[in-house]
Amino acid sequence: MIEDNKENYGEVNSEHTNYEDLLLEIQKFEFATVDLNLFLDTHPDNQRALNDYNMYTVELSKLKKEYRLKFGPLANFGSAPSMSPWQWVETPWPWEV
Amino acid sequence: MWIYEKKLEYPVKVDTTNPALAQMIMEQFGGADGELAAGIRYLTQRFVMPTKESIAILTDVGTEELAHWEIIETLVWKLVKDAPLDKIKGTPFEAHFAAHGRSPFPGNAGGHPWTAAYIQSKDDPITNLYEDMAAEQKARSTYEYLIQLSDDPGVTDTLKFLREREVVHFQRFGEALMGVQEYKDTKKYL
Ligand SMILES: [Fe+2]
Repeated sequence: MIEDNKENYGEVNSEHTNYEDLLLEIQKFEFATVDLNLFLDTHPDNQRALNDYNMYTVELSKLKKEYRLKFGPLANFGSAPSMSPWQWVETPWPWEV
Repeated sequence: MWIYEKKLEYPVKVDTTNPALAQMIMEQFGGADGELAAGIRYLTQRFVMPTKESIAILTDVGTEELAHWEIIETLVWKLVKDAPLDKIKGTPFEAHFAAHGRSPFPGNAGGHPWTAAYIQSKDDPITNLYEDMAAEQKARSTYEYLIQLSDDPGVTDTLKFLREREVVHFQRFGEALMGVQEYKDTKKYL
C-alpha cells in the first residue's frame, strides 16, 4: 500500500527514504512542540520557548508535508486532499506499524 | 473538536508476547489513575477554570493523555495479539480473555471496568488542580511499579517515556495553580 502511494505521488526529494525514519522524525519534532506548547501555556511571555516552538513548528510542517506526499494523509477531516481511491483507509494504523 | 493523527506520540516497540504483563499494564488503560481517567478528568474540569492559562493547560494535557491512552492500548494489544491459548490459560489475562477475547477493554489490572467514579470535577479551580497534581503523582507511582514488572525492553522504554510525562504534567499543573491563586488574591482586594 505504501509502495503504491510512492508511485502515485512521484519522486520527492528527501533524506528520509523509508516510512519508519520519517515517522520517527515527525514524532521527535512533534514531541518538541507538544512539550513546548504545555510550557508556553503556563509561561506565555517566555520568548526563548516561543522562538523554539516556532522553529520546531516550521520543521514539523515540512516533515508532515513530505510524509503526506510520500505515504498519504497523516490526519483526517480535511487536513489534505486525497488521491483516488480514498487514501485514508489505505495507510497503516498506529498499532499496525 | 479533535483531529486524529495516524501515528503514536511515542514509538511502541514490543519484543515479546506476554499476556500477564498486558493485564498489569491495563491499570493505566482503565484504572483509577490511568490515562483514560486523566484525559476525561482534565477535559471535564476546564470549563470552570478562571484564567486563560489554566483552561489551556487542562485542554492540552487532557489531549496528550488521550494520546497516552492510545499508546497504552497499543502496548496491551501488541503483548496479546499473537498469544496462543496455552500462553493465556493460567495467566492473569485468562479472565479478560473469557470476557473480551484479545480485544482491548478499559478496565484495571484486576479486571474492574473503568468508571467516572475515579474522577472528580468541582466548580472550584483550586480543588480541581490539587486533584490533578495528585493524579499525576499517582500515575507516576503506577508507572514505576509497571517498570519493575516489565521484562520486555521495548515495553519498559515506552513506560519510561510515559512516566516522565507525568512529572512534566505535575509541574505544569503546579504552575497553573499558582496562577489561579494569584488571580484569586488580586480579585479579593480590588
Ligand atoms: Fe499525565
